[in-house]
Amino acid sequence: MRRLLTAFLGATALLSIAVTGAHADGKKAEVLHWWTSGGESAAVGELANVFNAAGGQWVDTAIAGGGSTARPVGLNRILGGNPPSAMQFNTGTQMNDLADQGLLRPLDDIAEQGKWKDVLTPAFYNAIQYKGHIYGAPINDHGYNWIFYSKPVFEKAGITEEPKTWDEMFADLNKIKAAGLIPVAVGGQPWELQSMFNNILLGEGGRDIYLKIWKDQDTAAVKTDKFKHVAEIFAKLRNYQDVGSPNRDWNVATGMLIDNKAGIQFMGDWAKGEFIHANKVVGKDFGCILGPGSSTFMMGGDIFVFPILKDAVAADAQTLLANTIMSKDGQLAFNSKKGSIPIRLDVDTSKLDLCAQKGIEAVKDPNRSVLSYDVLAPQDIVQSNTDLIAQYWTNPSMTTDQFVQQWVQLMEQAK
Amino acid sequence: MRTARKRQLSAYVALFPAFVIVLFAYVATVGWNIWISFTDSKLLPVNTFIGTKNYERLFNTARWDISVINVVVFGVLFIAGCLVLGFLLAVALDQRIRFENTFRTIFLYPFAMSFIVTGLVWQWIMNPTLGLQSSADAIGFSWFRFDWIVQNDRAIYVIVLAGIWQSSGLVMAIMLAGLRGIDRELWKATRIDGIPAWRVYLHIVLPILRPTIITATVLLSISVVRVYELVLATTGGGPGISTEVPGKFIMDYLFGRSNIGLATSAATVLFIAVVIVVVPWLYAEYFREKRRGIV
Repeated sequence: MRRLLTAFLGATALLSIAVTGAHADGKKAEVLHWWTSGGESAAVGELANVFNAAGGQWVDTAIAGGGSTARPVGLNRILGGNPPSAMQFNTGTQMNDLADQGLLRPLDDIAEQGKWKDVLTPAFYNAIQYKGHIYGAPINDHGYNWIFYSKPVFEKAGITEEPKTWDEMFADLNKIKAAGLIPVAVGGQPWELQSMFNNILLGEGGRDIYLKIWKDQDTAAVKTDKFKHVAEIFAKLRNYQDVGSPNRDWNVATGMLIDNKAGIQFMGDWAKGEFIHANKVVGKDFGCILGPGSSTFMMGGDIFVFPILKDAVAADAQTLLANTIMSKDGQLAFNSKKGSIPIRLDVDTSKLDLCAQKGIEAVKDPNRSVLSYDVLAPQDIVQSNTDLIAQYWTNPSMTTDQFVQQWVQLMEQAK
Repeated sequence: MRTARKRQLSAYVALFPAFVIVLFAYVATVGWNIWISFTDSKLLPVNTFIGTKNYERLFNTARWDISVINVVVFGVLFIAGCLVLGFLLAVALDQRIRFENTFRTIFLYPFAMSFIVTGLVWQWIMNPTLGLQSSADAIGFSWFRFDWIVQNDRAIYVIVLAGIWQSSGLVMAIMLAGLRGIDRELWKATRIDGIPAWRVYLHIVLPILRPTIITATVLLSISVVRVYELVLATTGGGPGISTEVPGKFIMDYLFGRSNIGLATSAATVLFIAVVIVVVPWLYAEYFREKRRGIV
């Protein structure tokens, strides 16, 4: 009986292909995203191939200009009644407003079938939920808090070991300075400074204080001596930058390490793409440090959300797409090109590079990984703090106490 | 009488589409913007009224204060700079010099460039590791320091400089047209009276050029209020947040920061500020004088 039914369905399907021509050869899903750089679109291409091989038909809507350009486009389409099948978001609270308005399709059934709970780290499993329902299919895991260093520069300065504490780090930075090189390649754009500050906050301040500030938005944690200590370390780093740092792009700063002009850079793992592009090898030409202090891995990434569609066929394509995104093949294919690590912990990661291995090792231990600040807190709070951190960095006359006090004020205002 | 009314009617009919556009595209959106600024809108506009909370937060935000101060500094220096330089260029060209056309094209040329291109060019010129300073270093003038763009308290002047470079050509063109409109007889009369040329320009020509100056000022003021891409391309608002401007504040909160409520309240404040400054002045300049029958 079932076979008969399959045959019947197959025949009908064939007929409909014959009738409608070439276009109906798969479950069509329009995917809106902002991955447009060389490496990024290659990664998307890989994912699309896996989806097409599984019987889907990937319709690519890539919007250049980053999330802040692409997100409003997607939002307007959703609000205007012409939603894409799937839309990229950064992992975290960005999707909450849409979910709150009932515009997103809950993925609870798909997640249960695919056993997402078992294959994701608890932190990520929580991050794709809103009010108890799952709305996002996560695709990748980016490490935010790396310190990359140039091995030739370390050698020239006579540094033999990776620094493990901030005292050692400052001693090493002094050595680099004495060798006539730039100790820290700072990209002075506010978001880069924010990332740098949080790198120190997580490493030196520790996991607890980091989570209290960003997850619980607990102002008491900001008033601690430990936080002040972190702020002082951050401020001290001003003395190790070069004059060209204001408004410098992150990839230009990475270029200073590639050219062996500067010692270290605070940046996420996407910087690895720049090194690889310049034919530099992890472990030989450059290295990566988690820390100094505690070596906790700060992770964030991208998810896809699925707007509610009335058309059943289109909804079916969404299901297939969500399953593809979370499949082992999809995860490996995408992440090997993107520079991030797979979000599933059960895929074979032996082919990934040294830094990625370091990251995965940390992610497997729930006590050594946290979500990034822009996953934990609303954009509004994160970015208001970004302004403050940038102001603190560029204005040495602002005292640490003023900085702490204004931070507290910002958190209270944004609540 | 009837034909006059008919003519009036057809004028209204012709203006009707424009009227509809103004009503819906401008007045209605301004009204909606003001309403949204009193709501708890974050990523999406919602209709939850929260009173003046957005405004309270706005005026407690350091970045907004910096933005407002910057736009005032930029506005005053930019408009004054453009007017003075534009007028001097126009006077220079008005001396019936050779190659006037060539010079006019050269001076007007920067205006053909967008603020983005202008900003980028000046960013490179002023960058101490790429531009003027590093060139001077390279040829041995290591005493030469020109690093305003990386200094907290000077970077805004770089933006003023770039803005003046871009827009003074436009002012020159407008002023030159005004100068050419002045009766030659006037010059003859002053020459007979033996008045020095600079006094003629200062005390006779400038007052005659008043409407021209007003036109130029209005045009420049519009670019001051909406200044956004120039800052974005030149300093990105940095170092830190020291060159932020209201336009950028609004754009950032509207899109990147998903706080429509705060963005619209900033836009409303900007709108009211413009109305308070511009409307009485425009009224005084255009309508009052018309009534007196001077213009």
